[in-house]
Amino acid sequence: MSDPVVWNAQPRRPAWGVRTPRRKTLATQAPILRAPPPARVTIPLVGGAGTSAQPVVVPGQSLHCGQPVATPTAAGHPCIHASIAGRVKDIGLYPVAGSAQPVPCIVIERSERETFWDGYPVQPEASSLPAAEIRRQIAAAGIVGLGGALFPTAAKLDSAGQAPLLLLNGAECEAYISCDDMLLREHAERVVAGGRILSAAIGAELCVIAIKTDMPEARRALLDAMEAAADPRMVISTVTAKYPAGGERQLIELVFGREVPAGGRPADIGIICQNVGTAAAVADFFLDGRPLISRIVTVTGGGIATPCNIEARIGTSVADLVQLAGGYAGAPERLIMGGPMMGIALADDELPISAATNCVIAATAGELGEAPAELPCIRCGLCVEACPAALMPQELLTAVRDENTARLESLGISECIECGACDYSCPSHIPLTAQFHAGKRLLANAQLSRRQASIARARFEARNRRLADENRAQPENPPDADALQTLLARTRPRTPERPD
Amino acid sequence: MRFATAQPPQWPSPSSVSGMMRIVILALLPAIMVSAWFYGPGVFFNIIIAVIAALGTEAIALRLRQKPVTATLGDGSALVAALLFAFSLPPLCPWWVTASGMVFAIGLVKHAYGGLGYNLFNPAMAGYVLVLVSFPDLMTGWPAPDIGDLDYQRPGIGATLQYCLTGQFPDALTLDAIARATTLDSVRAGLGAMRTMDEIRMNPVFGDFGGAGWEWVNNFVAMGGGALLLLGIIRWHIPAGVLGGLLGMASFVWLLDPEISPSPAFHLFSGGAILGAFFIATDPVSSPTTARGRLIHGAGIGMLTYIIRTWGSYADGIAFAVLLMNMTVPLIERWTRPRIYGRSA
Repeated sequence: MSDPVVWNAQPRRPAWGVRTPRRKTLATQAPILRAPPPARVTIPLVGGAGTSAQPVVVPGQSLHCGQPVATPTAAGHPCIHASIAGRVKDIGLYPVAGSAQPVPCIVIERSERETFWDGYPVQPEASSLPAAEIRRQIAAAGIVGLGGALFPTAAKLDSAGQAPLLLLNGAECEAYISCDDMLLREHAERVVAGGRILSAAIGAELCVIAIKTDMPEARRALLDAMEAAADPRMVISTVTAKYPAGGERQLIELVFGREVPAGGRPADIGIICQNVGTAAAVADFFLDGRPLISRIVTVTGGGIATPCNIEARIGTSVADLVQLAGGYAGAPERLIMGGPMMGIALADDELPISAATNCVIAATAGELGEAPAELPCIRCGLCVEACPAALMPQELLTAVRDENTARLESLGISECIECGACDYSCPSHIPLTAQFHAGKRLLANAQLSRRQASIARARFEARNRRLADENRAQPENPPDADALQTLLARTRPRTPERPD
Repeated sequence: MRFATAQPPQWPSPSSVSGMMRIVILALLPAIMVSAWFYGPGVFFNIIIAVIAALGTEAIALRLRQKPVTATLGDGSALVAALLFAFSLPPLCPWWVTASGMVFAIGLVKHAYGGLGYNLFNPAMAGYVLVLVSFPDLMTGWPAPDIGDLDYQRPGIGATLQYCLTGQFPDALTLDAIARATTLDSVRAGLGAMRTMDEIRMNPVFGDFGGAGWEWVNNFVAMGGGALLLLGIIRWHIPAGVLGGLLGMASFVWLLDPEISPSPAFHLFSGGAILGAFFIATDPVSSPTTARGRLIHGAGIGMLTYIIRTWGSYADGIAFAVLLMNMTVPLIERWTRPRIYGRSA
């Protein structure tokens, strides 16, 4: 144990996962570009896991940068801030990446001069505040998970039990993406400060910052920042550069040697996992009074003139980001929001970025390779080796194609994280992840109709019981003879008269 | 600007079935060359006939099943089956033996069960077993290896070709005059005649460990198998299981009574043990997909091979062992399913 801040110096080497080309150095040659406010932003009012915010501004209203524009619709939902100073142009439905339907958004047009809202105080001693107060302020700051989940950070912190561990995820494992790497290289002290505040917010005894073996610059910067902070509760862990080592559940397995129970959350085993970008955003709020209005986005790929990392305002259009990176180069064929494995292919570049957008890739023809025609599964088992959830994708595939929902359930489709490692390993080029995505919907529909059927059955049985009870009740209290005669008399006229 | 879209992942797999099959073929080529060096041009004739029969049968089966013909032929799986089948045959073998084995393997064993990926049994071994039980007399055409100090008659290219095409040798040559018992056959006959291993090994068909010539072919098969392991085409579990199962049984019995038991090294370097371990038992379609399942599958093949060689009525048992274990694959996979992340066992 040479270095006290290095924890778990030899983390476990996973049997699962795939090795893809990295292509991260494309965008790490230049420092992070701090983007000027764009002429217009389109800020989505929805977050992860069905959360949403309610606008508190009206069209035409002037806004400072950082001013709250939408408040949570319920406890645990996000707070949204204006990411530029300007005027509200519209509040309405706009298309965003990853949603088939347009979602509620606030459109803001930039004003001449950039003014900042000063409603949030600077609190350098934030980590000595009471835990509940820190969590309340994190909620007010509108901080959500920047790793991609977009789930309000405060709500996640609220779910922590007693004496949890904090895991800061800096192990971005997808190719091309380098936003967390660059954040650590340039602002490691922010991540460490954010980590200390987050630890204080949940009473964590230990905060592990996880990075990958292929991030030596980030590691050096992080070690320096941790030395400066001199907090014995903060340690660093270096995990393998295999994909998907940076997935929340996979990282917990690699760093702590523990598994999140199926259907559960990391909090169930006393671990709270946050992205390093989220930690930096927490530090920005408490140390600068700046709510969540921007994030670092890697703009890269063979179809980008000067690939780089850009600190961009939330709601900036992809087209504006590409302009900041020198525009398109050559004839890009595919535009991807996110990484090449889990990212979404965009049909056009007018869509806005959200707080979850970590990367934009413009790939030229052939840059990612052509997918040949699909062949039958040859049972080579490469997908079984690749699956980080220890599923058997080739068996799941037949269950999806047979629409056998009972088998889908027993084979564990709900544990599929849709990382795409099976697709990447498949020599037959079967679109496994797309099939499993469909399989999950199939299972959800089957479970829904099963639930509905059981409600209907319960209702039907209750009715039968009630009728039986009523029938049984009647003979016990036979109506007296007179009443019976009256009843019979009343029924008689109803019987049709026989025409003689 | 507008762009093409697709469902994630956006990054297609860099590997391919045809690429894997190509590497398997390349890994087997050196051993084929060495085999031809020792056993003559019949090795090549077998391969040519097997390939023609396999591709022809596959094309007809695909046409009948209304599947794309040229695209599917290109996946290389029929070619690999043909090479492995031809490589297992005796170097002196009439064409109808080769062709009928291949028509059966590709037409019935592979395509009648649904084609690539759906066959229960290893096509090459099913074809081999068919011709072994159908043409027992014609499956003995192993000439003595071309080692130099052996007394033997060796047919030339012309005589080999004539035998291959007509089943007859020119002039006064007969199969009996040319063919030699393989080492496994010699051991079986010798032990049957109550001789000891030391006496049996006096026969010049024996080399340092296994059969003369055989052991060199096996060295090159092992090198090809090593290449497959290094290139990640196969995993170590099945070869380790096969060789471990065979050597474990052989060592145990040999230690009990070395006088009348062939040594473990002899079992390893004679017959098809190494070819079976690296090239045949590792056929992905008819073997398990889990690591533990592969070890069990391989060990079963190794032990069955020993049992059939020692107490069965055939000299080599690889083909039967492979087919028997093929039947257990669904069961093995059921038993060895990995524990899903986050779920209890």
